[in-house]
Amino acid sequence: MTATLTPVLSATWGSDKSWSLDTYTEAGGYAPLKKALGMAPGDLIQAVKDSGLRGRGGAGFPTGMKWGFLPPDDGGPRYLVVNADESEPGTCKDIPTMMSAPHQLIEGVAITSFAIGCNHAFIYLRGEVVHVYRRLLQAVREAYEAGHLGKNIHGSGFDLDVTVHAGAGAYICGEETALLDSLEGRRGQPRLKPPFPAVAGLYARPTVVNNVESVASVPAIVDKGVEWFTAMGTERSKGMGLFSLSGHVTRPGQYEAPLGITLRELLELAGGIREGHELKFWTPGGSSTPIFTQEHLDTPLDYESVGAAGSMLGTRALQLFDETTCVVRAVTRWTEFYKHESCGKCTPCREGTYWLTQILKRIEGGRGTQADIQQLLDTCDSIAGRSFCALGDGATSSIISSVTLFREEYEAHVEQGGCPFDHAASALFDYSDTPATEEAHA
Amino acid sequence: MTYDETTLVSLTEDAAAIIARYPVKRSALLPMLHLVQSVDGFVSPDGIQFCAEQLELTAAEVSAVATFYTQYKRRPNGEYQVGVCTNTLCAVMGGDRIWDELSEHVGVGHDETTEDGKITLERLECNAACDYAPVMMVNWEFFDNQTPESAKQVVDDLRAGKDVAPSRGPAKVCSFTQVSRVLAGFEDGRADEDQGAGTATLAGLEAAKGQGWTEGAK
Ligand SMILES: Cc1cc2nc3c(=O)[nH]c(=O)nc-3n(C[C@H](O)[C@H](O)[C@H](O)COP(=O)(O)O)c2cc1C
Ligand code: SF4
Ligand code: FES
Repeated sequence: MTATLTPVLSATWGSDKSWSLDTYTEAGGYAPLKKALGMAPGDLIQAVKDSGLRGRGGAGFPTGMKWGFLPPDDGGPRYLVVNADESEPGTCKDIPTMMSAPHQLIEGVAITSFAIGCNHAFIYLRGEVVHVYRRLLQAVREAYEAGHLGKNIHGSGFDLDVTVHAGAGAYICGEETALLDSLEGRRGQPRLKPPFPAVAGLYARPTVVNNVESVASVPAIVDKGVEWFTAMGTERSKGMGLFSLSGHVTRPGQYEAPLGITLRELLELAGGIREGHELKFWTPGGSSTPIFTQEHLDTPLDYESVGAAGSMLGTRALQLFDETTCVVRAVTRWTEFYKHESCGKCTPCREGTYWLTQILKRIEGGRGTQADIQQLLDTCDSIAGRSFCALGDGATSSIISSVTLFREEYEAHVEQGGCPFDHAASALFDYSDTPATEEAHA
Repeated sequence: MTYDETTLVSLTEDAAAIIARYPVKRSALLPMLHLVQSVDGFVSPDGIQFCAEQLELTAAEVSAVATFYTQYKRRPNGEYQVGVCTNTLCAVMGGDRIWDELSEHVGVGHDETTEDGKITLERLECNAACDYAPVMMVNWEFFDNQTPESAKQVVDDLRAGKDVAPSRGPAKVCSFTQVSRVLAGFEDGRADEDQGAGTATLAGLEAAKGQGWTEGAK
């Protein structure tokens, strides 16, 4: 395992007009589509299975296997829906992908659709990123004009329409079944599974829901082959992925590397934790994944190793916090997010996230008791594993892990009747702390 | 409904174009609500009625959907929706301070609009730009690596009627109604406008070059 970066999806992001069809085509784009159209769809699915590509949207489900779950063709429509809702706190990889290289995704959509027998694909983009939407709309139009989409694509007899759809602000719409309800023009609330989308998805028809990065990885696999892909990564976590470093790091940003790279290696490339400070805690895969500390600097960032260390690889959203950061403050804010975003469908999550927020704000504000800390864990117990969808579980991750790792910090808030940290010290610009900050969140 | 003849004709044409994108009519509802905001500046009672008629739904069904999503506004919105990300990562990096100073400077709180109708302030959840923290969004364009001073300057310039360019995005921030029309799926010819991909977006590529990786070596 070396720490060599492997730009594939990001390879053209620095090019002149990287988002245009011309730039993408000059770099070899849409040749994989032509190659794919000459293959049997079943062979394409097999190739993606053999590549070991796993879903990049968080859960890591094998992509080829998901495609293979679609029931046999019954003559009716089947759909591909690309999950471009990217809203998990810390996650910021799909947005730059679509902003800088939208054709990578469109080509992936065309190949995936051909493989699964879909003639109308959808890209569900979160609505709060209007320039990304402009780029996607233009890229789709360009692709139609060049004959990469539309009727009888490159003489293959294969037809494909692509609709890019903008959401309207709701984290839960990233959950695949809530996304489907939203795309059908409803409130975005999760559906009971089974039936899974593969059997009854969009308009109750067989549907594949895949993350942007999963789909955008397909053209390179078709182009360069399974062996090229499996040469990267670890035993059961193959290929490359975007690692998003944010927070107290010298050079935050998108680092595309083989799965299994470690945070220590990534930090070397990113110039380390900001000057004069040291790492305190971090999320390996977004705010829904249990937090890690310095102890996990050498944990290989693949699905199995992160799992074995008690967290989840998630979306490889590495949010880094140094020793100036109050963990209670961080966790309280994440919990407020889950409370705000809970769709309200099930009681454990709706009520539970409300109570968690109350307790955490009490502790953070110096009005908590030692019993509150236990109460937090008990409340987490009544949410995790009892909620209708994974949002509820995710809400408890940072709480349980932070109480385990930093219990004394919770206790210090209780004992001192307030936060022992100077919030100004965490900021990336200089200011002196004034009480105004506390008022704003009271 | 109180739309005048011309407005109604163009709304109906746009609605037809939106509906044509989907195999099932009801899927047009979210873009149509963005369309209504592009005309009225919020999801108006007329707009709800219009969507209901076009999609053969009841007004109550349309309202129930509209209220679920934070981008649909129930009151006339400011010309510029200014959001400061106060989710954990941005908040800790300084977003909380930016929010406090900006809110005091502008004199309105969360989800409130200035009297001149220019600015609606909002505390945002993570906007998928954490590598540029602290982040501010104006009409859903990216303002990266903000400070209290830079944020106040942006708002002052907007109120003074100046053109303001985001950190990543088009040459200037368009109005709330213009942007709402794009969100309804209508191109505005600005896709090629650019302020550069951004340092953080290219950080990994720069590091890869340091390791001997060359562009084109795909
Ligand atoms: C609350 C919640 C939010 C989610 N948000 C996203 C998201 O923004 N993007 C995404 O691709 N997957 C998201 N997911 C995961 C999806 O449900 C689904 O697993 C994924 O889109 C499948 O694609 P993949 O197999 O290619 O990863 C979310 C899940 C939950 C429970
Ligand atoms: S867990 Fe939360 S978000 Fe998921 S269905 Fe229940 S209330 Fe909705
Ligand atoms: S936390 Fe602010 S953009 Fe992600």
